[in-house]
Amino acid sequence: MVRTVSAAETAPATWPWLIHAEQLVVRAGRQVAVNGLDLTLDTGVHGLLGPNGAGKTTLMRALATVVNPASGRLRLLGQSVTDPAGLRQVRRELGYLPQHFGFYPRFTVREFVEYVAWLKEMPKSAIPGAVQRAVERVGLADRADTRMKTLSGGMLRRAGIAQAIVNEPRLLLLDEPTVGLDPEQRLDFRHLLRDVGVDSCVLVSTHLVEDVAAACTDVVLIDAGRLVWQGTPAQLAQRGTAGDAGDSATERGYSALLRAHRGQVPA
Amino acid sequence: MSTCPSPAVISGYAQGAGDVDDVTVWAVETHLESCASCRALLAEAVDPQTRKLLDHVVETIAAGIAAGPAPARRRSRRRTGAVGRALPWLVVAAGLMLVAVGFEKSYPSLPSLVLLVAPVAPLLPTAAAWSRRTDPAWELLASMPRTGLGLLLWRTLTVLAAVVPVLAVAGWRTGHSPALWLLPCLAFTAGALALGGLVGVDRAALGLAALWAAGVVVPSLSARQLPALLTTESWPGWAVATVALTAAVLLRATDHRHLGVGRT
Repeated sequence: MVRTVSAAETAPATWPWLIHAEQLVVRAGRQVAVNGLDLTLDTGVHGLLGPNGAGKTTLMRALATVVNPASGRLRLLGQSVTDPAGLRQVRRELGYLPQHFGFYPRFTVREFVEYVAWLKEMPKSAIPGAVQRAVERVGLADRADTRMKTLSGGMLRRAGIAQAIVNEPRLLLLDEPTVGLDPEQRLDFRHLLRDVGVDSCVLVSTHLVEDVAAACTDVVLIDAGRLVWQGTPAQLAQRGTAGDAGDSATERGYSALLRAHRGQVPA
Repeated sequence: MSTCPSPAVISGYAQGAGDVDDVTVWAVETHLESCASCRALLAEAVDPQTRKLLDHVVETIAAGIAAGPAPARRRSRRRTGAVGRALPWLVVAAGLMLVAVGFEKSYPSLPSLVLLVAPVAPLLPTAAAWSRRTDPAWELLASMPRTGLGLLLWRTLTVLAAVVPVLAVAGWRTGHSPALWLLPCLAFTAGALALGGLVGVDRAALGLAALWAAGVVVPSLSARQLPALLTTESWPGWAVATVALTAAVLLRATDHRHLGVGRT
């Protein structure tokens, strides 16, 4: 697809990282779910790993500007999220798939993605084309005009991915996107991730370590609201030894790092 | 704008003559994209066979467009989508007003129920149109650039556009002055939005409705007398309250950038 590149897109960035969190604290209800997290992420596909309750979803929600940080600094695309003028700019460049993807059951896929595109303040003339492109990229073109209440779980997940990528975001946050996808769709999804990750920052929260090993350029491991480790999938695989739990090198690396962090063995 | 190439260069370009070098071809092509008069010259310069071919292409494409499927019809539901979720509450509000009219007609000795209910009639649907309990896509909405006072006002106005005609019918049937049902209704809606920036629009609206019911409706029904708040002399007060609360809503517009979200 050939399109005109605007001057704003080719302008050099004046910030070092697309996502820059310093001593970030985010509450989920009364609990502190993210506790003093330092994180810097740049262009690429980043896999966010961590056990249940590690604060993955809360971190995603803070990065999606859904919840405000309780303390610390969070800069997205160089803008502070607490600055109302910058917030709107950041949100235009954002794609977010929540863990619990809520939708309007009577809308068709196309109507829903169009509605999201309108909410993302895309130019009116660009919306129909962008919606068609997003729906095709997730492989839902043949279902675009069916109502969302008739879709299966995997199709809904793909519709959720379509609404997240409709504005070609520079920050794409996907919270457990592969839940309910069959193996073939997961392969397509990995291909999509690599494609989007070429010029945007994609953060994928997942429990599936093999997805991370296959599609991510970078792995972020968090536990109890803190950053445990950050590196490439190859480095993660090297961390595991034959004695660690797991069926693949990446899984062994994951459990070795978690165990080391929890102080059961010296790091 | 660059200067136009000479007609000789253009006709050389059109005929693909060998004396026009590559650099000139690029320059001419770039220029043709932005210059209509040179494109007209080009059209005259091509040989009849090419022109016939181009005509044929135009006809074939036009025929293909005429025979192909019609463009998909755009539905207008897109922007009012979420307000549709508030539809049951709109029906409740309308039903409440009809009951009030019925009561007022059957029991003339009681204080006007229409005037007592009118201020809080739009609050229920307003709460439903901007609440995480009724909007399934609330979490997504919380991350959108358009989320804010503009979208909230749009949804509130849609609700008012449905509620006010019902109020007008009720007011007309019972013969009350519009200042006494419309102004309190607008003041309460503005109050719900202003307070909603701090505690959430749904909570603010329901809280105000409960306060009004406990503080005004119940006492005046038991005293069998309309409160001073709802007599003809009080309309300037309601007008001032409406204007002041609307101003407060506009001044505190950034409050609505972040939606109240609980744990999911």
